[in-house]
Amino acid sequence: MAETLFFNALRQATDEEMARDSSVFVLGEDVGHYGGSYKVTKDLYKKYGDLRLLDTPIAENSFTGMAVGAAMTGLRPIVEGMNMGFLLLAFNQIANNAGMLRYTSGGNFTIPMVIRGPGGVGRQLGAEHSQRLEAYFQAVPGLKIVACSTPYNAKGLLKAAIRDENPVLFFEHVLLYNLKENLPDHEYIVPLDRAEVVRPGKDVTILTYSRMRHHVMQALKTLEKQGYDPEVIDLISLKPLDFETIGASIRKTHRVIIVEECMKTGGIGAELVASINDRFFDELDAPVVRLSSQDIPTPYNGMLERLTIIQPPQIAEAVEKLVEGRI
Amino acid sequence: MVSTERTVPEFKTDSVELDKEEGLMLYEDMVLGRTFEDKCAEMYYRGKMFGFVHLYNGQEAVSTGVIRSMRPGEDFVTSTYRDHVHALSAGVPAKEVMAELFGKETGCSKGRGGSMHMFSKEHNLLGGFAFVAEGIPVATGAAFQAKYRREVMGDENADQVSACFFGDGASNNGQFFECLNMAALWKLPMIYVVENNKWAIGMAHDRATSQPEIYKKASVFGMTGVEVDGMDVLAVRAAAQEAVARARAGEGPTLIEALTYRFRGHSLADPDELRSPEEKEFWQARDPITRFATYLTEHDLATSEELKAIDQKIQQEIEEAVDLAQSSPEPDPSELRRYIFAEE
Ligand SMILES: Cc1ncc(C[n+]2csc(CCOP(=O)(O)OP(=O)(O)O)c2C)c(N)n1
Ligand SMILES: [Mg+2]
Repeated sequence: MAETLFFNALRQATDEEMARDSSVFVLGEDVGHYGGSYKVTKDLYKKYGDLRLLDTPIAENSFTGMAVGAAMTGLRPIVEGMNMGFLLLAFNQIANNAGMLRYTSGGNFTIPMVIRGPGGVGRQLGAEHSQRLEAYFQAVPGLKIVACSTPYNAKGLLKAAIRDENPVLFFEHVLLYNLKENLPDHEYIVPLDRAEVVRPGKDVTILTYSRMRHHVMQALKTLEKQGYDPEVIDLISLKPLDFETIGASIRKTHRVIIVEECMKTGGIGAELVASINDRFFDELDAPVVRLSSQDIPTPYNGMLERLTIIQPPQIAEAVEKLVEGRI
Repeated sequence: MVSTERTVPEFKTDSVELDKEEGLMLYEDMVLGRTFEDKCAEMYYRGKMFGFVHLYNGQEAVSTGVIRSMRPGEDFVTSTYRDHVHALSAGVPAKEVMAELFGKETGCSKGRGGSMHMFSKEHNLLGGFAFVAEGIPVATGAAFQAKYRREVMGDENADQVSACFFGDGASNNGQFFECLNMAALWKLPMIYVVENNKWAIGMAHDRATSQPEIYKKASVFGMTGVEVDGMDVLAVRAAAQEAVARARAGEGPTLIEALTYRFRGHSLADPDELRSPEEKEFWQARDPITRFATYLTEHDLATSEELKAIDQKIQQEIEEAVDLAQSSPEPDPSELRRYIFAEE
């Protein structure tokens, strides 16, 4: 066991997979000599050279499209979005080509590529650098969408994403890169399609992902003291959703709270509510509660920013209300 | 009347090395393209195919001249929505392209792609891209792959070249400039082929760009750019051969601007009202197929009987393609959701 920082866990995953398979390479802005904006690829270019840590010009749509072409012809590219928000400029290549091309080609081509990088609301980064693109991209067919949340799952999931034959959008979170955790010394993989039961419980199912998992765990400190016993599930896979794990939990608790960082309109939670109603309506004792960010551009001001995203006390309050049957 | 049409000086054929076999091959490929497209128009108007169908009539010398100077099945080709003929030149059988247009399971994209999404892994046809300019980065990525395979993975045989076809309209899109920059920077084995047919739907080229001579745009990237008569298959072939050699030798990309013209509207749904009759006549007189037929007979490379025999053979092939497309099964509805994700 070695204590490992989140960004280093991602770096280890990249390093191990690059050593294992020479067709794996990283491309993006400042991934080489600079080591990545959050140091995920620090010094890897010294080991693997400039072609495998390809510093690209600032041309998101084109270098993402190049990754698609490289993946179609047998390589396994990892695109780093310096900030995932910048990949709005690559929306076309991600949606039309990474996502849909396998289908439109009638299965002629597979596109084994990873698109990863920092997303989410940071500390006063302003609206454009505080995006939650998972919500925008979730409608694209053919993409897998994954959000990691701990050093352990970050490492294991990234390795799985690199080995996957499909395009995987892999969300990290700007505020989690310095988390620490003891990681196993042996190699491990965390499957992409399984939600993680973070804390088993019986009162209510809390579905969350990425940084909000930590907000939920914060809220739990108070809730546990008050005798509540929620089940906390980190979705991990935002597309496809792991309805097996979600369903098993709902059959036990009959109540659901979704805690997410994306905006309410068209968010991951919106999709979850609809799907839960489709699949598990008879199991529910109360309407599903959605705790999401405000539908606004993330403000710069720190106080306003805190008001924009869900805070631990709001989660605690929602649990109390739901379990006491007040909503 | 002095024409205002931009053309390049006539290509000097003195230095051309062309034997009978290759001459007939080039001719046959162009006739295949033309006949195929004419049949598409017929089938479209008879309600056999749907959606947007963009035909390539008039531009055949570009597809044939470039793709037939490459290694079939080894080198990579990307196209646009005007992709049937590039697919044919790349070796995708006419029956598979036709069946795709009919939406059938036997189509090269299993009926899931349609006119604008022709793909063939077997023939290294990477698409068929319906959005203007989006194929340019994909082709560039395939070229990067060849360099990577050789330099990182130690595969000395990885000398594949990637050719990317797109229009004058696409050359005003950012992906064009971004990719030229990267391909030149990394000396990628790329050939960018701009088929300048003077129009982007109804937008005349010189109303859309500050520098209409597209090949000149290569120079700011330190890249070779050439203009060729896109109605002369031998001119295109000569430029392509040089570009292929440069790319294989690791000397980097080339931008080829082929001056050409489409003989039909933008798509089969286009009323084609903006282009003047004079302009159409001017270019019609430069028909690449009749021109090359004349060359072949004048240089004693073929008799008109031999050419006629080819025309008939192709006609036959296209009829068979239609028969197959017509009689092929529809995709299995139970496979509606197949091909979203890779299969184990
Ligand atoms: C991104 C995008 N914008 C607009 C269109 C609509 N569109 C289709 S073809 C075309 C004109 C393209 O002209 P050009 O690049 O010269 O190619 P040509 O059709 O002449 O072969 C346009 C605007 C599109 N397909 N994709
Ligand atoms: Mg055009």
